[in-house]
Amino acid sequence: MCVAIPARIKSIEGLTADVEVGGVSRKISVQLTPEVHKDDYVLVHAGFAIQVVDEQEARETLKLFEELGALETE
Amino acid sequence: MKFIDEYRDGEKARPIIEEIHRLADRPVRLMEVCGTHTASIARYALRKALPETIELISGPGCPVCVTSNRDLDKAISLARIPGAAVATFGDMVRVPGSDSSLALERASGRDVRVVYSPLDGLKIAEEKPHLKVIFLGVGFETTAPTVAATALEARNRGLKNFFIFSAHKTVPKALKALLDLGEIKLDGFLLPGHVSTIIGSRPYEFLAEQHGLACVISGFEPLDILQSVLMLVRQAKSRRPRVEIQYKRGVKPEGNPKALEVMDQAFEPADVEWRGLGWIPGTGLTLREEFGDLDASRAFDIRVPLAKETNGCRCGDVLRGLIRPEGCGLFARVCTPENPLGPCMVSFEGSCAAAYKYGS
Repeated sequence: MCVAIPARIKSIEGLTADVEVGGVSRKISVQLTPEVHKDDYVLVHAGFAIQVVDEQEARETLKLFEELGALETE
Repeated sequence: MKFIDEYRDGEKARPIIEEIHRLADRPVRLMEVCGTHTASIARYALRKALPETIELISGPGCPVCVTSNRDLDKAISLARIPGAAVATFGDMVRVPGSDSSLALERASGRDVRVVYSPLDGLKIAEEKPHLKVIFLGVGFETTAPTVAATALEARNRGLKNFFIFSAHKTVPKALKALLDLGEIKLDGFLLPGHVSTIIGSRPYEFLAEQHGLACVISGFEPLDILQSVLMLVRQAKSRRPRVEIQYKRGVKPEGNPKALEVMDQAFEPADVEWRGLGWIPGTGLTLREEFGDLDASRAFDIRVPLAKETNGCRCGDVLRGLIRPEGCGLFARVCTPENPLGPCMVSFEGSCAAAYKYGS
């Protein structure tokens, strides 16, 4: 029920956007995330973008996993 | 897929798991309250990877599972209205009510359609002006804003044949009600990722401040959940309970203000019944008076007899975290995904469905 998939915004027209997930395209509403831009990644749930994915934070989280691994090998 | 695959890397899981094992030297009881977490934990066998000192309990996190039989019976009676078409999310279709289910109604010739988005329901209403399209709104704060936006859009387009039956519920107050029952002793909560994308972290602060519980808002991939468990164990050990966000790429402390605004425009809090938890004040969402003409519960006369519960079904106890699915006498014997007796087995996010499919 809470499943939301990260998808890339290919184009925006008004409050509708074309997104791409794993090679598949579909139209979604960006009414709830009016600040989105082309090439942003958004979380898509029930045909709507509910948040823009913070790519910086995504990288930070991955870095934390790496760091834990590095600590282990010291 | 980007932003998913990287968080499923088994190699990276190992050091996190080892650190958890190292730190969890005394019992830690954590509850997860999100159906997608239930499913992910089962699918990736995360309980097996964690030390025995950590108990990961499933709570009332599946919105389909916590929908009461009474609400189901009402949805079913809506399907029986001549000229009506019920548009619903897929996992509601096979849930048994007192005497029937939407699937059975469909088999009897009623118009029941599965949609991916409430906007699809709107589209049906536009294309078929002779049909009364009733969208069944189920879901927590992740979904409610999408239904609210759809209500606003229906208004904008001047549609007269689109209705919403809201069974929407909100999470934070329900967690308080669960704790107030005093049935289980917890050290912390694994909090829902996408509900929090909408509401942010502040609504949960009372859990840490008033109940001393460790709280981490978690993503859904196995690395996210493992990192969140590690953060929870660290919080519990340091005795510094607070609300942390592990799922930073999807959750900001303030949530999504636009989504909250849209949700507030269309909905207001209501007192509603949760399967397993009973009536919890202020945890439901009902359409505001200004949207009364879109409200199925106002537009149609829905009167149903007293709801009946399935004999032996212990979904309520599973949802309160009192028993695991195996604790129910019907589990896997009479109640299976092919012949589900309760919503916990029907919904792909139900504890029983997850336990049956992936084992415990």
